[in-house]
Amino acid sequence: MKLDAKVPSGPIAQSWDSHRFEMKLVNPANKRKFSVIVVGSGLAGASASASMAELGYEVDCFCFSDSPRRAHSIAAQGGINAAKTYPNDGDSVWRLFYDTVKGGDFRSREANVYRLAQVSNHIIDQCVAQGVPFAREYGGLLANRSFGGAQVSRTFYARGQTGQQLLLGAYSALCRQIGVGKVKMHPRAEMLDLVVVNGQARGIIVRNLVSGRLERYAANAVVLATGGYSNVFYLSTNAKACNVTAAYRAYKRGAGFANPCYTQIHPTCIPQSGDYQSKLTLMSESLRNDGRVWVPKNQADCGKAPGSIAENDRDYYLERKYPSFGNLAPRDISSRSAKEVCDEGRGIGPSGYGVYLDFSEAIGRLGQNVIQERYGNLFEMYERITGDDPYQTPMRIYPAPHYTMGGLWVDYNLMSTIEGLHVIGEANFSDHGANRLGASALMQGLADGYFVLPYTIGHYFASQKQTPVTIENAAFDNVEKETTERIRKLLSIGGNRTPDSFHRELGRIMWNQCGMARNEKGLRAALQQIPALREEFWKNLRVPGCGEDFNIALEHAGRVADFLEFAEVMCHDALERNESCGGHFREEYQTDDGEALRNDDEYCYSSVWEYQGVGNTPALHKESLTFDNVKLAVRSYK
Amino acid sequence: MKLTLRIWRQHHRTAKGEMVDYHLDDVSEHMSFLEMLDVLNEKLLAEGKDAIAFDHDCREGICGACSLVINGKPHGGFPNTTTCQVHMRHFNDGDVVTVEPWRANAFPVLKDLVVDRTAFDRVMHSGGFVSVNTGGTPDANAIPIAKNEADIAMDAAACIGCGACVAACKNASAMLFVSAKIGQFRHLPQGKVEQLDRAKRLVAQMDAEGFGACTNTYDCEGACPKSISATFIAEMNRDFLKGNLCEP
Repeated sequence: MKLDAKVPSGPIAQSWDSHRFEMKLVNPANKRKFSVIVVGSGLAGASASASMAELGYEVDCFCFSDSPRRAHSIAAQGGINAAKTYPNDGDSVWRLFYDTVKGGDFRSREANVYRLAQVSNHIIDQCVAQGVPFAREYGGLLANRSFGGAQVSRTFYARGQTGQQLLLGAYSALCRQIGVGKVKMHPRAEMLDLVVVNGQARGIIVRNLVSGRLERYAANAVVLATGGYSNVFYLSTNAKACNVTAAYRAYKRGAGFANPCYTQIHPTCIPQSGDYQSKLTLMSESLRNDGRVWVPKNQADCGKAPGSIAENDRDYYLERKYPSFGNLAPRDISSRSAKEVCDEGRGIGPSGYGVYLDFSEAIGRLGQNVIQERYGNLFEMYERITGDDPYQTPMRIYPAPHYTMGGLWVDYNLMSTIEGLHVIGEANFSDHGANRLGASALMQGLADGYFVLPYTIGHYFASQKQTPVTIENAAFDNVEKETTERIRKLLSIGGNRTPDSFHRELGRIMWNQCGMARNEKGLRAALQQIPALREEFWKNLRVPGCGEDFNIALEHAGRVADFLEFAEVMCHDALERNESCGGHFREEYQTDDGEALRNDDEYCYSSVWEYQGVGNTPALHKESLTFDNVKLAVRSYK
Repeated sequence: MKLTLRIWRQHHRTAKGEMVDYHLDDVSEHMSFLEMLDVLNEKLLAEGKDAIAFDHDCREGICGACSLVINGKPHGGFPNTTTCQVHMRHFNDGDVVTVEPWRANAFPVLKDLVVDRTAFDRVMHSGGFVSVNTGGTPDANAIPIAKNEADIAMDAAACIGCGACVAACKNASAMLFVSAKIGQFRHLPQGKVEQLDRAKRLVAQMDAEGFGACTNTYDCEGACPKSISATFIAEMNRDFLKGNLCEP
């Protein structure tokens, strides 16, 4: 596996501009001769599909939901960053770049991050032109707020529904192209494998989720915009259907998987209430702008009503440990601090795994109506789920898996190690390093889809000659045969356990051994437990019904089967990285006061894993990271 | 608590459906309604039976996928609440709970409780957008928009496209859904350019999909989990009428 990041030379501030000039173009009249498959229709997939279709390419877009508007991008609440500097508070493209590199704990590729900061401003312009109703000030200009880990106000938002509004913007652009016939949309269709012909990604095998039949699609290039893999933990804030299958299948066909151990645990989620729990609900991080996080100082107070605990007996631990960032400390640090106080036995709520997020001070200072205007819908949502009124009693929160910084490795052009296979949005590994800052996921998805891929894919088409490939090609026969066989196997085991029970068990292993904190012993144990569970899965699974049918148990079983292999890659990655950085906290590597201890001498690289067969340790390749513009430093928020 | 669930089962689009009774003995009040259905499905699968198909995804009330008529009401009839956010604390021991799919000709049942809502997407394809390409747009602050207008646009844009308005309407009308999209754009300068044409195109597609007409009973507004106001229907009618009079 050759890793050539294709980072342009020269000063970083000019690299994207000069790269755009150097890239080859496809003549406007020839664009319609090139077809692209886009898998996924969230922010990245929808914006890429629409933008490429506008340019003239023929696009086929696939999603497993009933409509592209359901993609999980819709659930993002807080906002989207851009370096517009409207508030006149000292922000700049350089500062957004700097914050993102530092926030990623120096494990991202500088050139990619700089480009992201650069195009961030165009995204806001684009969304406003589409009719995205961002929040505004009384003078009619756009409102900004500060958001987790930033000391400037650069976050644009639309109530607590920013993801929804941006997705609907991208969806509307996509609809326009579907309407004029430039995009063919395939809803309720799940990609089950990638077809590679002569070393190039040329098609996919899809299962029509209504008829259950397999279908073949061929194109000149394939784009994966299939999101992240937080559901490997079973309980996460991701939507139920989010899965790793498309990315993992591409990995099995030769795409390198980068930094799978970089997972983000979001600090503000509603704690688990019982064994039947199907997912965890995020409460927007924006709440930390006005909420204060605390637990009782004394274990004895943990069972008491929060109002009865005196001010002096409360430990506002984020304000205490990180005076300059306080309750706005970045996600990885806030999450780990919550785990720490709960592990000390000072957690609150029935499970003991919870901390308070308290608004009483802000309500006293600003009045309930201001708090209601800012967070009304979030407070309602909290009350609907828990039955508690957060205006009267503090919220209970606990960290939960939320986002995955790892993903398929891509070069500067967003192409994976398989020629022609491009990966965008959360599905790729770029830009966020070992930790993502708040309001940066929406930014990256739209940057990739609107402003990066539409350029770079043209360069790919113009740079090489392709032989015509149709779905009659033998490669399609072989891959479809393998897929059919796999489905037949899943249906024929006839054991005693449901797909969900395996998924839950895998989730527990991963959360305990490869979650918020990891250590060598636990990871080695997980690398024993996962193959054993996988073996049981293939012996004792029960999926009723048949393949050529609407079969929800079969859909789930296929996704769990891939998680059961992928989880092992994650653990190998976490075990290999003998340092702590960002979302990857190895207990053996911490400072005396419990902060993450990076090891830049030995681990300043992205780990890229190459498939070597089920159950075999994958081969490790390294993309070394250089920091010419942001000086490597200890990330301090004190 | 113990519950009897009376659930619509239908194997495929053209199959004959029926209500089937299921019993659950150990339902916790803290479960969400969909988690209760998960428990039932686990039980069915363990018995080697076909699980009950229902649409769901984010389970946070924002993706618009979930779509159940619970005890005769879309999303169960709780204010501003989608099915995924209904919790079992609203039910009592011994209740008989009926669960049906959205019922509308334009939303055919695909299986059990899953319906085909692509008619909504086709309405959107016909003009539910501002016609701008990627790139070349002016600075986001170039056109100031009064906060109250932007807020109205946001009120309309909050629609999650779940289809509860159609399911609630005795005519299976999609006027609330369509008017919300028209309403979002007509309150923003970016959307004003195509305002009348958009109303004509969306209404034409809405009719072509077989949705019914509006007779102003506002069950749609009552069932909407995002409180979309029926005022947008009046605005849409105005644009539609004006569009046909001015630019027939």
